[in-house]
Formats: sequence, C-alpha cells, structure tokens
Amino acid sequence: MILVYINSTNGLSKSALETVTYGKKLGADVTVVTNGGANADLLSTLGEYGASKVIVDRSVDGEDAQQLTRLIASVAQTVGATTVVFSHDLIGKAVAPRLSVRLKAGLVAGAISTPEADGTIKVNVFSGKAMGAVKVNSASRIISLLPNSIQPEKTGAECSVEETSGQGGAAAIKVISTKKPEGEIPLPEAELVVSAGRGLKGPENWGMIEDMAKLLGAATACSRPVADIGWRPHHEHVGQTGVAIRPNLYIAVGISGAIQHLAGVNGSKVIVVINTDPEAPFFKAADYGIVGDAFEVVPRLNEAIKKFKAAQH
Amino acid sequence: MKILVCISKSPDTTSKVAFTDGNTKFDENGVQYIVNPYDEWYALVRALEIKEAGGGQVTIVTVGAAADEAVIRKALAIGADEAVRIDADPKDAYFTAIQIAEYAKSNGFDLILTGKETINYNGSQVGGMIAEALDLPFISLAEKLDVNGSSLTLEREIAGGVQVVEVATPAVVSCAKGMAEQRIPNMRGIMAARTKPLTVVAPVAVEDLTSYVSYTMPNAKSAVKMINPENMDELVELLHNEAKVI
Repeated sequence: MILVYINSTNGLSKSALETVTYGKKLGADVTVVTNGGANADLLSTLGEYGASKVIVDRSVDGEDAQQLTRLIASVAQTVGATTVVFSHDLIGKAVAPRLSVRLKAGLVAGAISTPEADGTIKVNVFSGKAMGAVKVNSASRIISLLPNSIQPEKTGAECSVEETSGQGGAAAIKVISTKKPEGEIPLPEAELVVSAGRGLKGPENWGMIEDMAKLLGAATACSRPVADIGWRPHHEHVGQTGVAIRPNLYIAVGISGAIQHLAGVNGSKVIVVINTDPEAPFFKAADYGIVGDAFEVVPRLNEAIKKFKAAQH
Repeated sequence: MKILVCISKSPDTTSKVAFTDGNTKFDENGVQYIVNPYDEWYALVRALEIKEAGGGQVTIVTVGAAADEAVIRKALAIGADEAVRIDADPKDAYFTAIQIAEYAKSNGFDLILTGKETINYNGSQVGGMIAEALDLPFISLAEKLDVNGSSLTLEREIAGGVQVVEVATPAVVSCAKGMAEQRIPNMRGIMAARTKPLTVVAPVAVEDLTSYVSYTMPNAKSAVKMINPENMDELVELLHNEAKVI
C-alpha cells in the first residue's frame, strides 16, 4: 500500500499532483493523506492522478511538523502503508525525516526518478554536481520527490474523500503572523525563472527583468552577491547556499556563473545566458548564449516575447 | 541557555566532484574539508550571538573520525566553548541523527541547532530526525531566531513567503540564510581553540536504514548555441520550437 502526503492548504499545487502521480507509479493502491481546508470536490479529483482514496484532517493546519508527523504515522498504520511519498518541499523537508524515525523507515530525500530495476532510487548529491543511487534497507520506506522531476499524469477517475480528526494531537508551534507577497510565483515551484546578477549594475534596473518575468509567467531570482548587497531579497538567491531550483527554463542575465551559482541551477532543463563577457563560465553550462549588453538585449527580448505571445492568441 | 550546534564537514565549495572504487566512493584526493557552511555561518554564529547576549554555553557535536578534528577546531576557533566528537563514520542521516540524539538526551540542552542541509548530501534530514528521536518541536529553515526566556520567536520560510512563529524550549531549529553573518576566526580564537575541551564519545548501535550504492555524473551538456544579440526573435523561436519550454 502506498500512502502519499500532500499539502492542500492553498489548493492542489503542481508538485502535489506530481507526488500523487509518482505514488501511482510505485503501486496500484494509493491513499492520499492531506490536511487543511481544500473542499471535498477538489480533493476527489486526485483520483484522476491515481488516488483510490483521500483522507483529510481539517483540524491540522500543517504549521507544526510534529503534529503532522503524528497524523501521517497514524494513517500509515491504519492503511498498512509500506511506502510513504512526500514532495521534497518545505513541509516534506520538515516532516519526512521525523516520520522516518517514527516508523523506522529509510528515507530517500530528494528523489529525482522512480526506482531503478535493482530497487535503488536516484537523488542529487553534491548540490547537483552528481547523482547518488540510494538503497533502502528497512521493510518500509519514505520517499520525498524533488519538485519538477516528473509530470503529473491523469490515469483514473474521481475518488472518495474521507474526513478524519484528532489523530495529530495538539500543536506546539504557535503562528504569530504570515506574510505572502501577492501575485509572486514561489521560486522552487516555478517552471520558468528569470534571474539577474551584478551585471545589472543597480537595483533600479530590475524593471526589465520583472517585465520579462511577467510576460513569461516566470518567477524572478538573483545571484548571491546581489542578495548580499541588498539589491534583491534573500529568498530570491539561487545557488549552493541559496535555493536550488530545477525549472524548465532558466534565463540568467549578467551572472558570470560561478561554480556555487551553477550548483543551484544545473538541474534546469534549458539554460539561456545573456552576458557581455564571452569568457563568462556560465556559457559552458548554457544551452543558448547571447554575448551582449543586457540593457540592449533584454528590452529586445521582451519585445520578441510580446510579439510571440500576441501571435499565440 | 545551553545550546548544542550540530556540525558536519563538507568539501570546500570549489572542490572537484569525482568518485573512485567503481563509482561507489567520493574521491577525497586533493579535497579540502570545511565546516558545512550552513552549520558554521548560520547555526554556530547565531548560537554564539545568543550566548553573548544572554549567557550560557555553546557545545558543538559532530559524528566523524579523528581526522575530522581539524574541522572541529575551526568551529571552536570561531567561538564554541566545547566540542564533542562521536567516534563513527556518519553512514547516513538516520545513523547520524540517532547518535546526536542519544548524546543530547543525557545532557539537557535548551536548544539544538543544525544548518538547513549539508552541501554534499543536501538531504535536509538530520534536524527533523533528531527532533523526532527526542520528541521535540522542529522549526525548519529558520531565517531569524530570538530567545525570550524559555520561549523562542522565529521567522521561517514558507511556500511563497515568511512566517513568524513561537515555540517553547527545548526545541530543534534548522538555520538558513539571514540567521547570522559569517565570522572569521581571529588569532586569539585560533590559539584558544587548541586548549578547549574536545570529548570523544563512543557511538551507540543503530541499524542501517539506507545506503548509497553508487554515484554517477550528470550527462555532459551539448555545446552552447550562440545567438546574434540583434535577433531575439530567433531565441524565442528556438525556445518555443526546439527546446519547447515556452
């Protein structure tokens, strides 16, 4: 029996659908456990991605990893789960390790594919510079799936939704306030990312980068020096010591491509590099390169995207 | 406040990544080890700041061999009061976490800090595992941490934003960027580190839940396609028709 945890507090995210799809690839009988306020009609659509049943606990808000762990462990026991799947996102990183200890089940953190023929599962190691094959030695296993590693697939029809309550116990963490900038796409989930670095010369020049992001429906990111000097917020910093991302498209403007930056973005499917310096190391990791002044190239690219988008409609 | 900071060694961020023994072992040839940056810059430095402001003691703990003591001394030079080395090969996150939890259990810490992940295995696992083994609350990826008596106020990253939370001690916190600024050890710190207590503790028996069987390098990228900076229509066309990403 496969148990999949998803967070449905803000609806069904793409990574949630990926996680259910992954569960279905591991076994025929998939139960989804979730918390929060998503309505039953929405949750029943998880059946289309392979769930046989959804169990939801609306009394757990998902802010306390300990409470969530107790809920998932209890459901895992009830349904007789031998594999529990998470998304390797903020909640998965907090809860999956706890569950591993609670159930004494080996954790494969950050899986990038389904198990190989020998049962091992691949994960990224050394900040994406290599891959490791992990073998689980315990009777049950926990897998957290790196977002954007597989595509959601519709295979079935709507499923039943069952309510539960009280299995998580009390929360020890008290939320004082939550700040979410409106309309921004969270970086780790973004399929398209537009990023810029010191080559932009100052924070006042980010308008054209934000324009491009808006045109493409992309998230914005930046290099470490730019976050360190305060031109951009820390949560936009991608790289070895910032956020690691693996979008379908990463456009880097005015970033030289130091090894620490590459470590955070080399999982991207396609990389476009715009830089004045033809010797910038980033070109070696790029699929498409443009040697030129960002202040000329980016507005030109924005115009080209506008034209393309207009032709699409 | 008694604070335990969990330290891992990791290869220098510029290290070449290669494998030996039929791709089953990391090639340590010519590799310089450092204190894992998240453990050092954020967890350890914040622990020292809390001690400097309100008193207490900062202990660092690592699971590793005698050869890792150079890395431990570096952490002591930055300012930790004492170090504990659990004498074992840190086989996987579960093994490491259970060793640290066993040590912490009998030493009554108010606060246990880890970095958000190591830069070699990137699993983000050990902090949560220690918390579960000790049945303590776990706040992951905290960007700010303030102590008010026996209560902690933290700012943490959540999907698409930040959140302020409160929790009573004892608790386990994993520390991310924003928590503190890197400190360079001074000569006095380096000298003092030589005589600070470093206790070696024998490991407890722990079953192997996972193992790394082999490693592979990612496929080499095909050569970059250069595009005329005057012709951005071509780039858009390639991204749409060739790469199929827009």
